[in-house]
Amino acid sequence: MAEGSDGPLPLPYSESELQDALGSEWKALLTQGYRWMLFGRLMDNRFLGLQRQGRIGFYGPATGHEALNVGCALALAPEDWVFPGLREQLLALVRGMNLQGYVHHLFGDGMDPSLGRQMPCHPTAASVGYVSMASTVGTQIVQAAGSGYAQALRGKGGITVAFFGDGATSTSDFHAGMNMASVFNCPVLFICANNQWAISVPVSKQTAVTELAKKAKAYGMPGERIDGTDFVRVLSTLRSARKQLSAGKGPVMVEAVVYRMNPHSSSDDPTRYLPPGYLREARAHDPLARLEALGDRLGLLTPEEKERMRKEIEDEFRKAIAEAEVAPPPSPDSLFRDTLKESVWPLTEERDTFDRDQGGHFP
Amino acid sequence: MTDITLIQGVNQALKVAMAKDPDVVVLGEDVGVNGGVFRATDGLYKEFGEKRVLDTPLSENGIIGMAIGMALQGLKPVAEIQFMDFIYPAFDQIVSEAAKFRYRSGGEFPAHVVIRTPYGGGIKGGLYHSQSTEQLFTSTPGLKVVIPSTPADAKGLLLSAIFDEDPVIFLEPKRIYRTSTGEVPEGDVRVPFGKARTVKEGADVSVFAYGAMVPQSLQAANVVEKMGIHAEVIDLRTLVPLDVDAIVASVEKTGRAVIVHEAPKFSGFGAELSATISERCLYSLKAPVLRVTGYDTPFPYALENLYLPSVDRIARGIERTASTS
Repeated sequence: MAEGSDGPLPLPYSESELQDALGSEWKALLTQGYRWMLFGRLMDNRFLGLQRQGRIGFYGPATGHEALNVGCALALAPEDWVFPGLREQLLALVRGMNLQGYVHHLFGDGMDPSLGRQMPCHPTAASVGYVSMASTVGTQIVQAAGSGYAQALRGKGGITVAFFGDGATSTSDFHAGMNMASVFNCPVLFICANNQWAISVPVSKQTAVTELAKKAKAYGMPGERIDGTDFVRVLSTLRSARKQLSAGKGPVMVEAVVYRMNPHSSSDDPTRYLPPGYLREARAHDPLARLEALGDRLGLLTPEEKERMRKEIEDEFRKAIAEAEVAPPPSPDSLFRDTLKESVWPLTEERDTFDRDQGGHFP
Repeated sequence: MTDITLIQGVNQALKVAMAKDPDVVVLGEDVGVNGGVFRATDGLYKEFGEKRVLDTPLSENGIIGMAIGMALQGLKPVAEIQFMDFIYPAFDQIVSEAAKFRYRSGGEFPAHVVIRTPYGGGIKGGLYHSQSTEQLFTSTPGLKVVIPSTPADAKGLLLSAIFDEDPVIFLEPKRIYRTSTGEVPEGDVRVPFGKARTVKEGADVSVFAYGAMVPQSLQAANVVEKMGIHAEVIDLRTLVPLDVDAIVASVEKTGRAVIVHEAPKFSGFGAELSATISERCLYSLKAPVLRVTGYDTPFPYALENLYLPSVDRIARGIERTASTS
């Protein structure tokens, strides 16, 4: 697409088009969107760096997915629920997940809301309807159908969003979830973050269909493919999808084409498989650079304001990291909680004999 | 009170729970209009409507995944898997998701689902309508595993399961769905988890069983009684949580233990029971612990009566254990 061009592809919206797409508050939305996307970008840089220094164990960056994360978060209502895939932690932060708690989670310390039980980038945030995730791919898609069913049954509003990547569309749970949601008319927004790579396997090896959104047709569901690096398009598309869902018109699938500008995770080496043109194309679709260029053209923020934003964000991270680095590790006692609501034998006995089992030292 | 069957006990529990709590929903294949292939959900669709009794597409991972999503939202879903042999497409949802949600979320997202499924042989169901694979679930922390053997327990344990706050695998011995009969209390009367039931008292040898092997073991105990051997038969009722105190107390009394289950012997739940008895009761034991189980093969069709522990096989096992000195 953008072979040969070096700068970001322009977002050629006029002020009146922005007004049409986002409403009268479009300026505030672009500013808010820019700030959160910058936040996500700086977060990835910071925490990938900490992983490389051995200060945290793992990190899964979402660089390239920022417009999708932030646009989706701003399109949702507080009562909505999100079943995330791998790269939606920024979305949770925009919805109000506590940054300090999340940084504790990245460090796996005793202040982590999930008590250091999961690898980094697997947060839990019930207060913002962000469901704890498994590392298994696709299981959340069908759970989202059940969540949406429950919301509709209760009749108190709210929709459910299922996030997943291109690789997940090959799983049986994708099929089951899409099918269940459409058979039972559940208010579920299925968002495929198609970054075109499932670790090292390109989307062309996942499916013979060229556009993943076409899969929606097989379930009697509308499916739309959008440029997921265009913040304006993401926000306006997901806002209208949400409107349709809350009117009880059944589930919707949106395929957001994005680029994975960093490795799959801190454990991955993409030089083994990425074709040379991909990163160049990805840079042309850098969602942050594209929104920044639009903002500059419209005179949204001065260079000083942008610099101040960057400093504020870096300060937030610095403070949160400093606090996490002195937090105690999870207490051994936490091993024995939450497997079931009340522990049962033999776990109760294992807890009671823990000190004896762990206490001995051999010469 | 009149006698009802085990499957009617299941049906009554569902009716009582659904009438009491609008958050209880039932979902599965053929559970609605048809009332379930065994009729466990008979009448629910008519009484509670299609929004609370869902005839689902044929998708076990879909059924359990849906149920988990409902549970996270605070509903109390009771999912039916038509035969335990069909549960494996949902294994990922059960083992990776339901069993781990509470733990991995620091308690924020308990995934309380009840998964009812008929298990076990004796109905000429062949390989894929007969298996007994409870050990796959008992060895997964985060699940409770319940197996009733009487109508009263079917009702009371299922009510406990529905109002429990953890995921429960509820295994129904389909072979005795209609042959196990008895009186059942009216209304919401629950049987607590983790309390074994002494079916028959005896001083010579302890027999531990669950599900369809309970009536078989009782018959075997009656056979050996005529030979002067007094077997104590204990119905474990719930494998997780396990009533270890009842097991230990019985073996300390008799000094001998026979374990009966339909599942293959190797790595079966009997291995756990045997290990527990050896860890806790070694100095009370007068004979090696014996397991009477299905053979270590896939489940056969034509020869199922040879595969399943018969009354005779169990009786011989009790006799051998009782006479070892």
